[in-house]
Amino acid sequence: MLSAYIIHLLILIGIYLILCLSLQLALGYTGLLNLGHIAFYAIGAYTSALLTLSGVPFIVSFLMAGIVSALFGYLLAFSTNKLKGDYLALATLGFTFVIYAIALNWTDLTNGALGLAGIPKPDLGILQIKSNAFYLFFVSITAVFSYLIINKIVKSPFGKVLEAIRDDELAVRILGKNTFKIKNYSLAVSAFFAGIAGSLYAHYITFIDPSSFGFMQIIPILSIVIIGGIASLRGTVLATFVLVLLPEPLRFIGFPSSVVGPVRQIIYALMLLLILMYRPKGFYGKVSLE
Amino acid sequence: MLEIKKISKDFGGVKAVNNCSFKVEPNTITALIGPNGAGKSTLFNLISSVIKSDTGKIFFDKKDITNLPPEKVSNAGISRLFQKARLFENLTVEDNLLLALDHTDTKFWFNLFCKTPKQTDKIQKVEKMLDMLGMKKTKNMFAKDLSYGQKRLIELGRTILNPHSFLMLDEPVAGVTPELRDKIANILIELKNQGETILLIEHDMNFTLGIADRVIVLDQGSVLIEGTPKQIKNNKQVLKAYLGE
Repeated sequence: MLSAYIIHLLILIGIYLILCLSLQLALGYTGLLNLGHIAFYAIGAYTSALLTLSGVPFIVSFLMAGIVSALFGYLLAFSTNKLKGDYLALATLGFTFVIYAIALNWTDLTNGALGLAGIPKPDLGILQIKSNAFYLFFVSITAVFSYLIINKIVKSPFGKVLEAIRDDELAVRILGKNTFKIKNYSLAVSAFFAGIAGSLYAHYITFIDPSSFGFMQIIPILSIVIIGGIASLRGTVLATFVLVLLPEPLRFIGFPSSVVGPVRQIIYALMLLLILMYRPKGFYGKVSLE
Repeated sequence: MLEIKKISKDFGGVKAVNNCSFKVEPNTITALIGPNGAGKSTLFNLISSVIKSDTGKIFFDKKDITNLPPEKVSNAGISRLFQKARLFENLTVEDNLLLALDHTDTKFWFNLFCKTPKQTDKIQKVEKMLDMLGMKKTKNMFAKDLSYGQKRLIELGRTILNPHSFLMLDEPVAGVTPELRDKIANILIELKNQGETILLIEHDMNFTLGIADRVIVLDQGSVLIEGTPKQIKNNKQVLKAYLGE
């Protein structure tokens, strides 16, 4: 029983890790204040669920979840390319509302508020992932792969250009670099991994509905990125473990379930407040939020 | 090499640059001087397309570069130093300079799938530049940890390393020590001797008149007078523009 609970937590950590690492690429490294990350997560979850429910093999649906999200990421970056800071945050937040509204109202496709049930567990052809332990293995492999790819990007010269854009975009343009194109890539890759995380979530829970992808869901993700530290992958890893595990004792205190959710949000807010006051760079951040 | 033709820029009724025209000849150091608010930095912003002009044309090597995106102006061969330090604060000095060298770092798929080639040649160029600036010790320091004067020098180095045929320097010696000022003067003269063309804005008259071949005086957004430093030095119109009636 306990091991099933721990496996469940580790699967959630793996999914959150992919989601937060990918946000770190756009937000921490490129400086794009993207509040639409949950929308990419939703697009990935719905794409993968709809495809597998129509009989498409899991592995194809899984990859398509990333690709479709990446396309949306590219389009969002393209259409918001001239926006910065607060304006970009508002535009991307608006994108979350649009995707949420589509999930809720395009009932022929998404089944609306009733959601999509019976999403099959992954079938990798020769291997059918039925047990959670095996699913944990699959999530872990995906999380490690995501970490390695994002790490390769940020450590490469391309990653230095991303950081330069975060620090001073105009100065990068004055050096002759097309920052619009670079930001498009950054957001597309970020969205790709968010889509992959969405697919993992959908096939783990086996049920998705619009309430899983409301704009409030960005708060824990954003908190993890900030608490881990801007432009730090290892900080993101540590913060994901800490913030996913921190509210867990609430389950054993005996609070009613209606209280657990808000208390969880309070814990995130408190953590964020303490970090901003006493450690503005987060756990391992390179850039101060002061 | 650079030709400004009747360029104008209006900010909410205030004419920052007004029907301004002049030419910069190759292999010269041309200084753009004038009192505060004369439109010097606005003109720099117009040439590098940081802001768009209302009317007029800018030609560089006979090509029309008016209102092109800043990266295209840069790729046409114009490298610019800003008035305020604009280093990438959270990158090291070495990374700041490496970014100026070429654009292979913007190729996403190449950087993702290919093993990052050793940047030996590029690092050598950076080290040579740091040596010229006398800043070798700062190579691995973060830009945010440098002093103001050091930032100015590194940014000058980055501007020079950015492939170009024309340098635009906005107050390169503002706020630096006299020793550093002399050092920058020597660097600019050396660059000119190597065939570079430089357009600079500077309030330090000793520095400007000491190194410039030609001086253009701006007042209220227009060219007041242009000539050699000797001609400009004691010109009554110039003194009036600076000191008033």
